[in-house]
Amino acid sequence: MARIIGGYFTSHVPAIGGAIVRGDQDEPYWKPFFDGFPPVREWLEAERPDVAVCFYNDHGLNFFLDKMPTFAVGAAHEYRNEDEGWGLPLFKSFAGHPDLSWHIIEQLVGDEFDVTTCQSMLVDHALSIPFELAYPDAKQWPLKLVPIAINTVQYPLPSAKRCLALGRAVHRALESWQGAEKIVVIGTGGLSHQLDGERAGFVNPDYDRFCMDSLAANPEAICVDSTKEIVRKSGSQGVEILNWIAARGALGAAPARETHRNYHIPISNTAAATMLLETA
Amino acid sequence: MTLAPDTPPPPGDSAPIFGTHLFDGCAAAKGYALNAMCFSFNEAANREAFLADEDAYCQRYGLSSEQLAAVRARNVLAMIEAGGNIYYLAKLAGIFGLNVQDVGAQQTGMSVDEFKAMLLAQGRKAGED
Repeated sequence: MARIIGGYFTSHVPAIGGAIVRGDQDEPYWKPFFDGFPPVREWLEAERPDVAVCFYNDHGLNFFLDKMPTFAVGAAHEYRNEDEGWGLPLFKSFAGHPDLSWHIIEQLVGDEFDVTTCQSMLVDHALSIPFELAYPDAKQWPLKLVPIAINTVQYPLPSAKRCLALGRAVHRALESWQGAEKIVVIGTGGLSHQLDGERAGFVNPDYDRFCMDSLAANPEAICVDSTKEIVRKSGSQGVEILNWIAARGALGAAPARETHRNYHIPISNTAAATMLLETA
Repeated sequence: MTLAPDTPPPPGDSAPIFGTHLFDGCAAAKGYALNAMCFSFNEAANREAFLADEDAYCQRYGLSSEQLAAVRARNVLAMIEAGGNIYYLAKLAGIFGLNVQDVGAQQTGMSVDEFKAMLLAQGRKAGED
């Protein structure tokens, strides 16, 4: 039987990609952020997951406003990164796990989550950077990928409550998968930050702490707010916490155990956070 | 705790958020041409074509006069007002050599150094709490 080893959560700020290429990990500006990753690497090295189910949001690489799915599940054999238009390094491709993807899709739709399915899907920095951080020396990724994209761009966005429910439906799908894989769940983005408008540069460490404190044992506490209230508290792009909430859901409804946390302001315009949760 | 299926949105949900422009259907419809142009900048050849003849490139995408003026003025707040979405506008800003901190500084009326210092100060304050 497949086993979910736990969840890895991290911010996905594009500038991190540049810092990795330049080798800036030990520079004073970057060190407090990169210092959050040795425990992630050690855990993944010890557990050696075979598959990652990764919740993230696309930033205008794969999806445009002509067709904007609320929830999209990748079912491709391969996921490539491409030029995102602002000078980011090109990230490595991922091997897909189409059989598991289709199983998840079947189960989700059976569970009344009518997702979009993508047999061709580019993945952007929001997905690649967490892997670059977790496997810095990998020539190729040592695990297969099932990407699940959540619309955090064009309103109406799905509610936090709905994202948690989606994650829990993914959890049920993983539990019924007959393969022998070890699975890590990943949620990327956040925490509080705002890029646009007169409030650009807004961060909210109190709210971020509340979210991090709630994630393991009581994620429902984050879900009482509407997405607009989440934006009020965490900034326009802080709403990417929806990816974390869905990933938390995919660990199941039982309380999880927080085994690692790192939090640092600022990385670029962002309050950056990294966490590990293990399932009981 | 469990949430009832019909949990209503919390009170105050309709109150505006200072300096924050939710990219809703109205904005997405208004900004379609501008965002479509920005989306095209994922390709290097299109970035070069824009730089070679900015006005001709904007015309190709049918930008409104409001969008055209905002692009010409390099004014990010005006681009947002014209329906631009920051995820797409960032690609245009990149052509001008501007990163999200330059864009943040412009929108808040700070210098880039002031904007960066503001973020660092928030980090120091959070560390003291």
